[in-house]
Amino acid sequence: MREQLIAWAFAVPFLLGFTIFMAGPIAASMLMSVTDFGLRDLRNPLGTDFVGLDNYAALLSDPKFLAAIFNTAYFVIVGVPLTLLLGLAAALALDRGIRHFRTLFRVGYYLPVVTSIVAIAVVWRFLLNPDQGLLNMLLATIGVDGPNWLADPTLAMPSIIAMAAWRNLGFVMIVFLAGLQTIPAQLYEAASIDGANRWQSFRSVTLPLLRPTVLFLMVITTIGYLQLFEEPFVMTDGGPLDKTLSISMYMYQQGFEFFRQGYAAAIAWILFLLVAIVAVVQFRLLRSEA
Amino acid sequence: MTAETRPLATARAAGTEKSARGGPTPASIVLYFLLFLGLLLMVGPFLWMVLGSFKPQGEFLRLPPTFLPEAPTLDNYERLIERLDFPRYFFNSSVIAITVTAANLVFASMLGYALAKLRFRGKGLVMALVISTLMLPGAATLIPVFVLMSQLELVNTYPGLILPFLAGPFGVFLTRQFFLGLPDELLEAARIDGAGEFRIFFTIAMPLAAPVLATLGILTFLGSWNNFLYPLIMATSPEMYTLPVALATFATGQFQADHGMLMAGSVILVVPVLTVFILLQRWITEGIATTGLKG
Repeated sequence: MREQLIAWAFAVPFLLGFTIFMAGPIAASMLMSVTDFGLRDLRNPLGTDFVGLDNYAALLSDPKFLAAIFNTAYFVIVGVPLTLLLGLAAALALDRGIRHFRTLFRVGYYLPVVTSIVAIAVVWRFLLNPDQGLLNMLLATIGVDGPNWLADPTLAMPSIIAMAAWRNLGFVMIVFLAGLQTIPAQLYEAASIDGANRWQSFRSVTLPLLRPTVLFLMVITTIGYLQLFEEPFVMTDGGPLDKTLSISMYMYQQGFEFFRQGYAAAIAWILFLLVAIVAVVQFRLLRSEA
Repeated sequence: MTAETRPLATARAAGTEKSARGGPTPASIVLYFLLFLGLLLMVGPFLWMVLGSFKPQGEFLRLPPTFLPEAPTLDNYERLIERLDFPRYFFNSSVIAITVTAANLVFASMLGYALAKLRFRGKGLVMALVISTLMLPGAATLIPVFVLMSQLELVNTYPGLILPFLAGPFGVFLTRQFFLGLPDELLEAARIDGAGEFRIFFTIAMPLAAPVLATLGILTFLGSWNNFLYPLIMATSPEMYTLPVALATFATGQFQADHGMLMAGSVILVVPVLTVFILLQRWITEGIATTGLKG
């Protein structure tokens, strides 16, 4: 009994924070999403008007919201596999490809992960600047006239994806390295005795045993990428032609630039559902693993 | 850099990784070359940032652009301090990050300890809440939290910027993993000696958890220092800006073409953190590798 009380006392700070800043707000955002909550309601939140599912209906025919959904999906569908592949390649190389400079590479590749995305986005904006940027300067030395990366509607999102993969591959690499180290050396030995070449032992030993790690990283990265915000906020303001406008960014614009908080809450709730679906699917998949 | 370029795979597989096997093979030379090229790509933007922060404004307009500053100057940093009050933003970021870190070290490890070592009804439920909070997007709660904070008149205050982050799920998860490995006999011995649970936690469990608390502290500090969306909505007047909010606001506003000053601002935001990371990288990468999560 005493132990029960003490355990709950230990849980109080977290549970308070959870209730006030997580569970409560998620429920509240569902309630707000069926109102026309706006700037005038900030003083008296309960005086807002109920509008039913109007916000959701409006979102479905809002071309900017549909663009934001499309762009976010584009970012996730291309960005997640790219980040995972680069991180896996780096992890494999560090795990068994080389003997020297391992720490140097591990730290170097991880540097962008600990860095503020805002600072990275500012630096990359200048890096990709058509006239004064480092990238086009390097391209010019081999005679290529580099494009205006972030102002070109077809190149803006790929540029942001490249930057995200650059920033996050170090994290993926570290987790893969930990996964690789749990694979017993005897398995590789057995595979090579059976005459497997490197590719075959990768296919039949490494990949199957890394499956839980791959799944875990896919979900963590997908959840992170679904919330794309800083990069377009700093680099493109969602442009050109809304080609980099993300769901989070549109929610921010509606909620804190146009002060249509009811409408923004509906966007937030949709984002919440998307992330929850990804998380639940992961639990199912991981459970069937075990 | 795929599976096919792994020259030492067989050596490692046979458990002779460290043994010398003659000179470098052509494949390993290619791999080192690719890895160093990759390293250059990872570090290059940071070098470009640092070098750019010392260039006078005129040098950015030159075609073709310079890589090394031709006439290095501290002018950009002076303007950040004198015209934009960056010391204030640095102070705000520090106050918030230090408070959030200290609180998480205590609050998160308390629950982590309870989940690992104490028996109580509802444990499974609490654990499920912790895990779901790890996954769920902060953005989904932003609007109601803003409304709440404006009701409490906490917008633009330190409590408004700090309160939601005092007991994060990451720390609970990380410390729970550690305490699970702590032998029960140790705690039983103290209980037999008559020590209360609070005393056992603070005088026995916490000191033993020092390594994992170091990891948690660093990761929490980094997460708070780099946090952007929440302080962006909660700090609406400049004297409450954090460094990322200030940098983003100036980069998208009136100073957006001021390459030198924005590079210098990025340096102030990034270099202290990178220095700490490089000095303490072992704690960070090991913490992430054991939990597979970041702060």
